[in-house]
Amino acid sequence: MLLEIKNLTAGYKSQGKIVQAVKNVSFVLEENDFLGIAGESGCGKTTLLFSILRLLKKPGEIFEGEVFFKGEDLLKMDEEKLRRKRWKEFSLVTQSAMNALNPVFKIKDQIMDVILEHSDYSKTEAMEIIEKVLQLVGIQKERMDSFPHQLSGGMKQRVAIAMALVFSPPLVVMDEPTTSLDVVVQRSIMEEIDEIRSQKKFSIIFVTHDISLLFEISKRIAIMYAGEIVEIGPTKQVYLSPFHPYTKGLINSFPKLTKETKEYKGIPGKIPDLSKPVEGCSFKDRCQYRKELCDKRPEFKEITSGRWVACHFPQ
Amino acid sequence: MGSLSFSPVISFDEITKKFPIRKGFKVQYVHAVRNVSLDIYQGEIISIVGESGCGKTTLLRLLARIYLEDNGEIVFEGKSIPKRFSRREELEFRRKVQMIFQDPFSSLNPVKKIYQILKRPLELQKFDNVEKRIYEALEEVELTPPDNFINKYPYELSGGQRQRVVIARAIITKPSVILADEPTSMLDVSIRAGIMKLMLKIRDDFNTTYLHVTHDLAAARYISDRIAVMYAGMLLEVGLSDEVVLNPLHPYTKLLRKAAPDPDKLVSEKLGNTGEVPNLITPPKGCPFEPRCNYSMEKCKNTIPPYFEIDGRKIRCFLFEK
Repeated sequence: MLLEIKNLTAGYKSQGKIVQAVKNVSFVLEENDFLGIAGESGCGKTTLLFSILRLLKKPGEIFEGEVFFKGEDLLKMDEEKLRRKRWKEFSLVTQSAMNALNPVFKIKDQIMDVILEHSDYSKTEAMEIIEKVLQLVGIQKERMDSFPHQLSGGMKQRVAIAMALVFSPPLVVMDEPTTSLDVVVQRSIMEEIDEIRSQKKFSIIFVTHDISLLFEISKRIAIMYAGEIVEIGPTKQVYLSPFHPYTKGLINSFPKLTKETKEYKGIPGKIPDLSKPVEGCSFKDRCQYRKELCDKRPEFKEITSGRWVACHFPQ
Repeated sequence: MGSLSFSPVISFDEITKKFPIRKGFKVQYVHAVRNVSLDIYQGEIISIVGESGCGKTTLLRLLARIYLEDNGEIVFEGKSIPKRFSRREELEFRRKVQMIFQDPFSSLNPVKKIYQILKRPLELQKFDNVEKRIYEALEEVELTPPDNFINKYPYELSGGQRQRVVIARAIITKPSVILADEPTSMLDVSIRAGIMKLMLKIRDDFNTTYLHVTHDLAAARYISDRIAVMYAGMLLEVGLSDEVVLNPLHPYTKLLRKAAPDPDKLVSEKLGNTGEVPNLITPPKGCPFEPRCNYSMEKCKNTIPPYFEIDGRKIRCFLFEK
C-alpha cells in the first residue's frame, strides 16, 4: 500500500462560513496503480489533491483526517521533512503548464533547479538526468535551451511532466494535465505517460473533468460528487455496470463516439450548496431512485471485491 | 432531418481570410481560412470539427460578419452577402442569422435582467407583442415558468440556465440560421445533454439551420447531419456525420478519430508521435497535412489536392484520385 487516506475532510473558511469541499474521503492507492478521479467542476477534486499533498493555502484548511504515505502521516509531518520528500517521493503536475513554468528561465535551468535543490548531484550529473528525462517525454535535447514561450503548449506540458519525473517518485499526482490541449496532443501525451508508467512502475492519481477520457485510460476510477467519493472501482467494471446513480448519470451524459447513443441525457438539478450541511445522501435531490432511507447518510462500503459505493440502493 | 430544399441557404464559395501581423516594417499574414467552399441546406445541422487554431471559429465569424473575407463569396438565401451593409440590410440579416457563444458567463450583460437582455433584440427589430414573445422564447428553452426568470440577473442562474438564456436570445427574432460556437464546451458534462437536446428540439420546431463549431467528435456525431473536418484553414473531409466518424477516409480524420476519447474502445491503438500543426504564417505549399501524413506522396508536397468525391463524401486527398 502506497497511500492511504482516512476520513479526510477539508475546505474553506471565509466570512464565518465553512465550505466543506472535501467530505470524509477515504481510499487506498496501491503501488503501480493508475487512479482517475472524475467529477464535475466544483466537486472538490483539486481541493482533495491539494489536501493530500498539503498544498492547500489559506483560506483553505484541512479539518480532519489522515493521509498515510508509506506508513507516515503527511498531515502531521514537520515542514522540513515534508519539503525533502517533495519531488523525490511524490510530485505534482498542475493544470496549465503555460503558467507553471517561469517565462524568464530556460527549461533546462528550471529542471536543474529542482534537481539541485532536492539532491546532492553535481551540475554535470544533473544535466545527464535532464537529458534523459526530456527524452523520456519526447523532447529532443536541442530544445532544452529554449525558453517556455518558444515551445508549443503540448511541449510545455511535456516539460512539466518531465520535471515531475526527475527523481522517478513512486507517486505522481496530475491535476488536469491535458485539459488545455488539443485532442491529438492530449492523446499522444497520455500514451507517453502510460508508457513511462509501465516502464518505471510508479502510481498516478489523475484528476480531470474529461470523463470519457478517464474511462478509457485509467485502471481504477473514483467518482466524486459534492465533496465525497461516491463510487470507486476498476474502471471497466464501473463503466459497464455503475452502482451509484450519479455514476450512471455521468456515463449517460456523454454521447458515444462509435456505438449507438441510446440513453443520452443529463442529470437534472444542481450540486447542493456546500456551505450548508447536507442531511443524508448528497445526491438525493437529483436522484430518480430516491427513497425515504436516503435522508440518512449512506455508508461508503465495499459491495463486491474492490468496488466501493456510497448508496443505500446500488443499481 | 428537416425538409431539404434544393438550393442551399448558405453557401461559402472559395472563402479566404488572412490576418496581418506587423513586425516592425514587415507585414506577415496568418492564413486562417483558405479556399473553403461549403453548401448548407435549410434545416440541416452541420458541425465543423477541428483542433484549436484550425480556423473553424474564423469561418463562423466570417458568416456572422464579425470579420470580412479577403476573397470569395458567401451567399445567403440566394444573395451574396455584401461587405458593407446598409442599415436596413443589416437589421434583416441579423434577424435571420443569430449566434450562440461558447461562454455563457461572459456573453450576457451582468447588469441587465433577463427580461431586458431578451427585450433588446426585439426592440431593435421593431417587433410587436414584445412581452409575449419573451415568454414564448423562455418557454421554448424550457426556463419555466418564465415569471421566475425574467426578473433575475445572470449571476443568479447556473451555467446551464445561462446558456438557455443565450439560446432564448438567439431564437427570439425567429432566425433561420443559428451559428453555435462550441455551445457546450464550457458547461459541466451532466448538463451538456440538455443543451444539445434543446438545440435539436429548436431545429425540429422551427426548421432552423445550424452551423456548429466543436472539437468534440462524439458531440458532433450526435447532433449533426453532416460533419466538415477542418485543418490548417482548409476543409479536408465533408460527409454524413455517421460515415465520417465511423469510417473516416482522410488521413487527418483518421488521426482525429483515433485521438478522440472513447471508453468503448476495446483495444487502444497507438498514435505515436504525430507531429504538430503547421505554422499558418508559412503554410505548406501542398496539402496542409502532408508533413504529418503517413501516406504522403511526392505530389502532395507541391500541389493542394482538389476535392474528390466518394459516395457523396468530399475528400481533399490524392489517395482518392480516380
